[in-house]
Amino acid sequence: MDALLFMIFAAIAVVCGINLVVQTHPISSALSLVGVMGALAALYLLLGGEFIAAAQLVVYAGAIMVLFVFVIMLLNAGTEHKGRRTWATYAGVPLLLLFLGSIACLIARHLPASENVMFGQFTKGSPLEFGRALFTIYLLPFEVTSVLILIALLGAIVLAKKEID
Amino acid sequence: MNFLILSIVKAAVVAFVLLTALAYLQWLERKVLAHIQLRVGPRRVGPHGLLQPLADVIKLITKEDMMPSHVNKVFWFMAPFIAVLFALIPIAVIPFGTELALPAINLGPIHIPAITTAMQLTDLNIGVLFILGISGLGVYGVALAGWSSNNKYSLLGGLRSSAQMISYELPMALAIAAPLLALNTLSFRGIVDGQAGFFFGFLPKWTIFQVFPFNIISFILFIIAAFAETNRVPFDLPEAENELVAGFHTEYGSMKFAAFFMAEYCNMVTVSCVATLLFLGGWHPPFPAAYGSSFLPSLAMAGAGVLCFLHAMSPARPFDRITLPVVGVAFFGLAGLFLIPAVSLPLMPIIWFSAKALFILFVYIWVRGTLPRFRYDQLMRFAWTFMFPIAVTNLFLTGLVVALMS
Amino acid sequence: MPPLPPSVPLSWYLTLSLILFVLGIAGFLFRRNIITVFMSIELMLNAVNLSFITFSYKLKQVDGHIFAFFVMVVAAAEAAVGLAIILTVFKNRQTLEIDELSSLKN
Repeated sequence: MDALLFMIFAAIAVVCGINLVVQTHPISSALSLVGVMGALAALYLLLGGEFIAAAQLVVYAGAIMVLFVFVIMLLNAGTEHKGRRTWATYAGVPLLLLFLGSIACLIARHLPASENVMFGQFTKGSPLEFGRALFTIYLLPFEVTSVLILIALLGAIVLAKKEID
Repeated sequence: MNFLILSIVKAAVVAFVLLTALAYLQWLERKVLAHIQLRVGPRRVGPHGLLQPLADVIKLITKEDMMPSHVNKVFWFMAPFIAVLFALIPIAVIPFGTELALPAINLGPIHIPAITTAMQLTDLNIGVLFILGISGLGVYGVALAGWSSNNKYSLLGGLRSSAQMISYELPMALAIAAPLLALNTLSFRGIVDGQAGFFFGFLPKWTIFQVFPFNIISFILFIIAAFAETNRVPFDLPEAENELVAGFHTEYGSMKFAAFFMAEYCNMVTVSCVATLLFLGGWHPPFPAAYGSSFLPSLAMAGAGVLCFLHAMSPARPFDRITLPVVGVAFFGLAGLFLIPAVSLPLMPIIWFSAKALFILFVYIWVRGTLPRFRYDQLMRFAWTFMFPIAVTNLFLTGLVVALMS
Repeated sequence: MPPLPPSVPLSWYLTLSLILFVLGIAGFLFRRNIITVFMSIELMLNAVNLSFITFSYKLKQVDGHIFAFFVMVVAAAEAAVGLAIILTVFKNRQTLEIDELSSLKN
């Protein structure tokens, strides 16, 4: 049952990822990315990360991607024009596949085969454990991140407002 | 295998009850709005217009379903499905009562063993976050509908509606976080269990009475944010008929339009259920059973029966001299039925839960009939300069009180 | 259809993360619309998050989840500022193709 669920959500993630790269209109790419994030949230649940799955849905799929979709709709981005095909574009895909294959071999060789993921074995992903670690061990990064968000907020407001002369 | 069949049956029952409730919620809205506006509402199709939702469904299904030629076909087709999907999913984590113990049924070839199941489809221990996440995803249906219709009114309506929904998600999340500081759990069953019992023997330990007065402020903030999230008056400029030619659902007809309506009512139901569970004590009665709270439903039914008999004395229509006493007798029968402990004890939690959720839905409809709408810039300013600072301060003060009291 | 194993080996999760990362690189290198390039970056960040959570499962600690959470937060901040920059670029150049934003070349 675990393997079946993994296969389904992995297939959804890969198909949506390929769709993101292949589609010409940015809105289709954006919605495919939302599909990838949903499938990844389900995979996080299979790995025992309940809080992080919910955070993925709330933060990534529900806020960041909505921002992307808004910008695409506001800018009225149309479909892409076909670019010039140089030798780099033709050599790119095989090189990427080579990269993928070599690292996959490395992973398969170095991880012990007996390491299996069973749903329910990782119990430390609950909000209680997460909050406990976040607010005790990782308190300083948490506070620094809040300052980072404040800086990003100010930067985005300054960059995106109309000129006041 | 048993678990799978039980889950499918429970899901089917909940879905059926929810869809019927949505149809009759629309009937209730039309009747209550009409009475607020001193008219009567639907009364021809069935007694008191009770079959009006059925007539509406038949009309909407048999209408011609056109796809305009200038829309972006894939997204225009997908948008109502996305809206309805993300509106119907949250009902899976909402508990309606405690445990339901069904006896075994052994008649002839059918052998069903005795089952004890919780009145909830699944109890996630991140239930509150799940509902927040799915509500956030519901923005996509509206945004896509507005954009794919290729029409300036729809685009404006869709973008305004989405911006409103994401702006009010923030005060809503902060308003939800405040009572959770005292309740210490994110699962809905745990939240309701933390509101069991009574203060001083008679005051219920509902969340709005717990960290006084900050949880009341949280409740009010949550209700206001919920009005904005579900695009209801006074925040319904994006779909106002007289401002924006019906806004983002201009280009939709028949079943797709019904889908958007269904999504809006379903969001209302979800938000009312969440408010009941988080703030009003779920299925716990307002005063202890020792003081007779189990007799309130019977009392309410008997009161309705007495009202029917009183109206039958001076009826508005001649046939009411016969039909009203019949309805009165039916109400007295129901009152008697609820006096039997075997019937009322398993049903009491559902009755209290439904009564509280229906009260919040009535407040929704009441506000729709009473208040004018916000202008869009007033709406956004209200969210960011008024609700958000109050929500943050409320969270901070609640945290202070909880930390000092423990 | 070959019989599936009862539980999933950890290397499958890492391979999936790798595939998504390579798809992100492909989108980043081959696409010309600046918003699609930005979305490919987000895909790469998601792939890395999956990797973090997988290793957190392997080491039986919650620290991987916390790192993934910080990655999410930083991605949110980056998306906000990046989209603001894209809006400003569009306002000044009226184009969203990265090949045409070449006024610093030569």
